Parts: sequence; structure tokens; C-alpha cells
Amino acid sequence: MSGIPHDHYEPKSDGEKWLNSRLPIVGLLYDTLMIPTPKNLNWWWIWGIVLAFCLALQIVTGIILVMHYTPHVDLAFASVEHIMRNVNGGYFIRYLHMNGASLFFVAVYIHMFRGLYYGSYKAPREITWIIGMLIYLMMMGTAFMGYVLPWGQMSFWGATVITGLFGAIPFVGEAIQTWLLGGPAVDNATLNRFFSLHYLLPFIIAALVIVHIWAFHTTGNNNPTGVEVRRGSKAEAEKDTLPFWPYFVIKDLFALAVILVVFWAIVGFMPNYLGHPDNYIEANPLVTPAHIVPEWYFLPFYAILRAFTGEVWVVQFASFITGGIIDAKFFGVIAMFGAILAMALAPWLDTSSVRSGKYRPMFKWWFYLLIIDFFALMWLGAMPAEEPYATFSLIASAYWFAYFFVILPILGVIEKPLTPPETIEEDFNAHYGKADAEATPAE
Amino acid sequence: MSHAEDHEGTRRDFLYYVAGGAGVVATGAAVWPLINQMNPSADVQALSSIRTDVSGVEPGTQLTVKWLGKPVFIRHRTGAEIAEAQQQDEEAIGSLPDPLARNFNLNADAPATDANRVMPSPEGEAEGAWIVQMGVCTHLGCVPLGDAGDFGGWFCPCHGSHYDLAGRIRKGPAPENLPVPPAEWVDATTIKLG
Repeated sequence: MSGIPHDHYEPKSDGEKWLNSRLPIVGLLYDTLMIPTPKNLNWWWIWGIVLAFCLALQIVTGIILVMHYTPHVDLAFASVEHIMRNVNGGYFIRYLHMNGASLFFVAVYIHMFRGLYYGSYKAPREITWIIGMLIYLMMMGTAFMGYVLPWGQMSFWGATVITGLFGAIPFVGEAIQTWLLGGPAVDNATLNRFFSLHYLLPFIIAALVIVHIWAFHTTGNNNPTGVEVRRGSKAEAEKDTLPFWPYFVIKDLFALAVILVVFWAIVGFMPNYLGHPDNYIEANPLVTPAHIVPEWYFLPFYAILRAFTGEVWVVQFASFITGGIIDAKFFGVIAMFGAILAMALAPWLDTSSVRSGKYRPMFKWWFYLLIIDFFALMWLGAMPAEEPYATFSLIASAYWFAYFFVILPILGVIEKPLTPPETIEEDFNAHYGKADAEATPAE
Repeated sequence: MSHAEDHEGTRRDFLYYVAGGAGVVATGAAVWPLINQMNPSADVQALSSIRTDVSGVEPGTQLTVKWLGKPVFIRHRTGAEIAEAQQQDEEAIGSLPDPLARNFNLNADAPATDANRVMPSPEGEAEGAWIVQMGVCTHLGCVPLGDAGDFGGWFCPCHGSHYDLAGRIRKGPAPENLPVPPAEWVDATTIKLG
């Protein structure tokens, strides 16, 4: 990899040399694992490993579940019950898969907000950020389709509502919706194709994860100060970094172990806490559950989707200038995807010369407000579509957009940032004392 | 540049365009079946017309049948409901969110009056006694609940759309009135959908 200077793999034995001249795979793995990593990374940097673990967990448990699951409208629900009751340990594997999705999203949200606070999205890491956003989109698609497979009431009606979003596209929407569903409504064709794609997408995610890692191994990790690793020489770089193996691997695995204690407790003692009881009722196309709620990880964006009704002046204005092509329904869909697009555009919307939020006194407060806003939207997404929730949703949605399209660009101009430390080494020593201290034997 | 070289150049360019064009067409032809396979299959398309016996649907009740994978509401309105619907007609006809009847059996620009929403009644019954419409909320496709909402008609629990006694959207995020499907009387007690 280009970037930070460090030692590369040297094949020593004849066997290593033989392999290396034919396929330099050991060197590739060595360089990836020994990547110089800023030594001041804090605990917010452990979620990448958690995400990698989640992807592996979901793929392994998923492959096992497929051995017992039947993707057919008459049999799907029963086959899931078969997994829960008859298959040896099947209930536990399914609970792992179900709650694994939740852990996956907890991790990805923390990982994303970490990036937003410490400016990890800023130049030169825009590609890493964009690939990450693509992974996030694919995760949402995968999770949505996976939720349809048990063929419960929430599966069916969630699928109906979400594919209905595509029906909102002017002119071609209905044709696209029919094409996606394979019929006029959610039915067997829909279940089968969702099954196929739910199996496929995780492997595409895995490929994108490799590209994600490739990208940030080229630029080097960001770190809490946002100051770049010095690259003048290997000696200089080594003052700012430590190799990923073993230092960060051990740290990350420790964090993962702590997180898994909590995760296993949830899987073991409250596996349905994050689910909906309605999904243990078989899908019925003639009865809508009284209250359709998506999974918790979709709630913030679901709240944004619902916030823009026909009574909102922005919606009326958009409808007026487009001659009615953009109606309330389509506007909601645009707002929902726009909310995610806004995050993807952050590298170009943030005008500040300082990368890390740690040294941006005004930015900090707006960022904390964004976190509160995110949780507020999550709460509002679960509430029924009535007052006062509708107005709150509108305010919370407005802040989400304002943060990215107004606050980030303006802050960079009006804010007077603090001065970050010169080097990562300086920041590290300020926390842990000078490195030579360790040379004194502890007698 | 000699004439011969120039000639050769144009010929080569021409071959590039032909080969490239053929490649694009061939790729398109190869990809189209892969996309088209996801469209409704023949057996799904075949179920496009059904007959429903409505002799057991008493006034004041509603029958829900499945047509094209979606629910259809067949409501037999009582005299009081017909009167109330006509009153709603007068109150709101100028201020409807969706001014069109959305009735497949009428012209696309027919206004959303109660008369344009209901089925013609079979002989011996009051006009406006039967209303047939898709039981699919025009917002995001949930099934609205009957006898509910602020206008005595239907209410969609998903995102709070209120429909009146003629199935017209009155309040909430749904953009259109509940569509009236192609429907006709085959005899005095049987409705054909599709």
C-alpha cells in the first residue's frame, strides 16, 4: 500500500519465495494486518471490528437457516416455526440472526456518527466515506428483505409499504413496483426474489468492505485529533503509529468481547425485545395490523418519510412548481432518501479547515444536537401518525437537513477553531506521558 | 496524410461504430430477458377477472374480496349512510384533496361526486346503495379499516389517512381517492370484478 512508510513482507524461506513470486498473497495479508495505525485511537474506533464480526455472524447463521427454511407463501411461516421448535438449536441460531441484524445497525450507526464527529469523511477519505454509505444502503436493503422472509404480518405489510415507495415515482412508479413485486401485490413471486437477493447482498457487502478497507489503508486511518500521520520517513511515522497487529487487534477484540456479553444476554434472555409480536401472526393480505412499525433501525428515516404531508408548505410549494408531479407521497420518498444522501455529501458540505470536531467549539454543540435529533426521529418513527408527533417529526426532519445543508457549510466560515496538536505523538504523550518513561524499569 | 491512409481511417472508424453498436444491441438483448423475468408471470396475469356473489351482504356491512392479490371493499350502504354521503358531497365537493372520481368505469376526468363513485344500483334498490373500491390506501398500500376515521368511512391505520363514505381522501397523507375497479352487475346478486 502507498501512504504511511512501514516495513514490508520479505519472504525468507525457499517455499515463501516460491509462493511470493507466483502469488504475493502473504505479503498482501501482512501489509494489511501490519498497517501503521495512529496510536491515539480511542474507543470509538472499535466498531469496525464489531461490524466485521456482524457480517460474518449474519452470513454463517444465514447459511444455516437457509438449510431449514422454505421460501413459499404457504410454507415460509411454518418453516420458520419448524426452525424454532424442531431443528436442533434452531431457535438460538435464528435469534442470533435476528438480533445480529440489530447489533449490526447499532455498530454501523455509532461508526457513522464517529466519522461525522471526527471528520473522518473529509479529504482525503471521501471515497472511504462513500463506499461506507453504499454498504449502509445495502445493509438496509438486506435487512428489509430478510424481515420479509418469515412471512408474518409485519413482513407482509412492511414489504407492501416499502415497495409502495417506488410506486410513488411519477409516471413509471407503478410499472417499477409491479416489476419489483412480480405481480399486482406482494405475493409468492415477491417472497422468492427477496429470498434470492437477501442471500446475494451480504456477499456484495463483503466485497465492498474490502474496498472500504483498501481505501482507508491507502489514506491511513483518521484519529481523534484529525491530524495526519507524519510520512517523511519510517522513523517519523513510527512515532505516530503502532502496527494494527497486535496492538489494535487485541484492543478491538477486548471491546468486541464486552459487547458480545451484552449481545448474548439479549439473545439468551430477551430475544424478541426488539421485534414485533405481529410478526408471529402469519401474513394476511386482507388485514393490516393496527400499527405498522418498521424495525427500530429504520425508524429515524421512516419518521422523515411520514413528516412531509400535504399540509406542509414546502410540499405544497414543490407540488406547485412541478405542476403536481411531486405530490406529498413522492416528496416523502425524496426526503427519506435525501436524508441519507445528505450524509453521503458531508465531505463536500463541510467547509471547515479543521478535521476533528474536538477542536471545533461551535460544531460540537450542533453535532450533539444532531445525535439528539437522531434519537428523537427514532422515537417519533414509532409513534402513530397524529399530533403532536406529526409536528415534532417535521421539526426534527428539518434539523436533520439543516445540519448538513446549512450548518456544516456556514460553520466552516464563521467558527474560530482551536489549534489541534502538531502531531499525533504530541497528543498521545499529553494523555499517556512521554514514551521514554517506559524505558525506566518498574522496580 | 495520404488519401489511402485517410480512407483506411474512415473505414476503421466505421467498423468501430458498427462493432460497438452491435455490441450494445446484443448486450441489451441479452439483459432484457434477465430483467423481464421479474415482471408478473402468466399464471399471475391469468387471475385478472373474478365473480362475487353479494346476496349475503346486508345493508350496513361490507364484504372484502381478494382480487389481483389486493382486497376489494364491496359496501352495501344503508339509507342513512347514503343520505350522509350526499351531505358530505355538498359540504366538501369544492375542497377535496383529489377532485377526480378515480372510477375505472368512467372517464378519467370525471369529478369525484358521490354519484360518480358508487355503482349503479340493481333494480329495486336506492341509488348509491353499493360502492365498490380497492381496499388499498393510496398512500403506501395498507388496508384501511371500515367504519372508522373522522368522516365515517375508512381510516388507514398506517399513516392516518381518513376517507369519507364515498371513499374519497379527506385528511392525511394519501394523495388520491380509493380507486374504483372495473366492476359490473352480472345478475341482480353477482358483481364481476375485472
